[in-house]
Amino acid sequence: MKKNIFYLILLLFFTFIFTVFYIGLDKPNFYTPKEVKNKSLEEFTSTELFSNEQFNSNDIIENNKFTLVNIWASWCVPCRLEHSLLMDLSEKTNLNIVGLNYKDKKNNAIKLLNELGNPFSKILTDPDGIISISLGAYGVPETFLLNNKSKVIRKYIGPLTKDNILEIIKIIQ
Amino acid sequence: MMRIIKFILLIFIIILSFQEISSANSSSPLIDKISKNLRCLICQGQSVYDSQSDFALSMKTLINKKLEEGKSEKQIYDYLKNQYGEWIVYDPEFDKKNLLLWTFPLILFIFGGLLIYRKVFIN
Repeated sequence: MKKNIFYLILLLFFTFIFTVFYIGLDKPNFYTPKEVKNKSLEEFTSTELFSNEQFNSNDIIENNKFTLVNIWASWCVPCRLEHSLLMDLSEKTNLNIVGLNYKDKKNNAIKLLNELGNPFSKILTDPDGIISISLGAYGVPETFLLNNKSKVIRKYIGPLTKDNILEIIKIIQ
Repeated sequence: MMRIIKFILLIFIIILSFQEISSANSSSPLIDKISKNLRCLICQGQSVYDSQSDFALSMKTLINKKLEEGKSEKQIYDYLKNQYGEWIVYDPEFDKKNLLLWTFPLILFIFGGLLIYRKVFIN
């Protein structure tokens, strides 16, 4: 009788271990960031790329129903890929697109904009990457769609795709 | 003999100079301590301290800035947890989600101890 209980406990134990590992097999082992819906973007002050004026993020965001904040850099290859999509978006809609130039050289950033066009209403600079970290960004490119209360409606990590652009257009209309 | 001593001395000098280089990279022991407990989210299996990625370098600058503002170590962890979630710290807090993980070894230890006790003293 005692032996049976022992084997039963052993069986239950191994079944439990097996179930845990079996479920664990299906789980991806790379980190996928949490959804940040309904989280507010932290306020920041930064220098504008062209005018060198200081701007507060809230002043730019408050006056527009929606704002798209795009973190980019001239040295980032995926940023070049999504640039045409941002150009399309700025031409087709009147969405306020704000650029955050990440750890970049001013000359190189301006050169890229001259080459591929400028979809941004304003470009703020983030020379040491602190602003991006305070926004909860992982790197470049990264894009946040915000409402006028600085609430994050959508966050796109990595280059924007055509589907993302369609989704953004759908939301702002 | 002299050759061997010279060789050993040379190795010591090389090791010491490397140590100096690595300690020159870190600006403050507290920044090192905090960054060692932070996961570099875009690197595989590296802490912010170990990594030289843009993300990690910015993170170290941010930690330095926060310390200069007078923020405590805990406040910095809380701030980063709020931005990136619990995953960013290597030392997760005790909550109901990881209750089993924390208590399971203890349960096993007690259960095993009881088994041994019964085997040795009762039988």
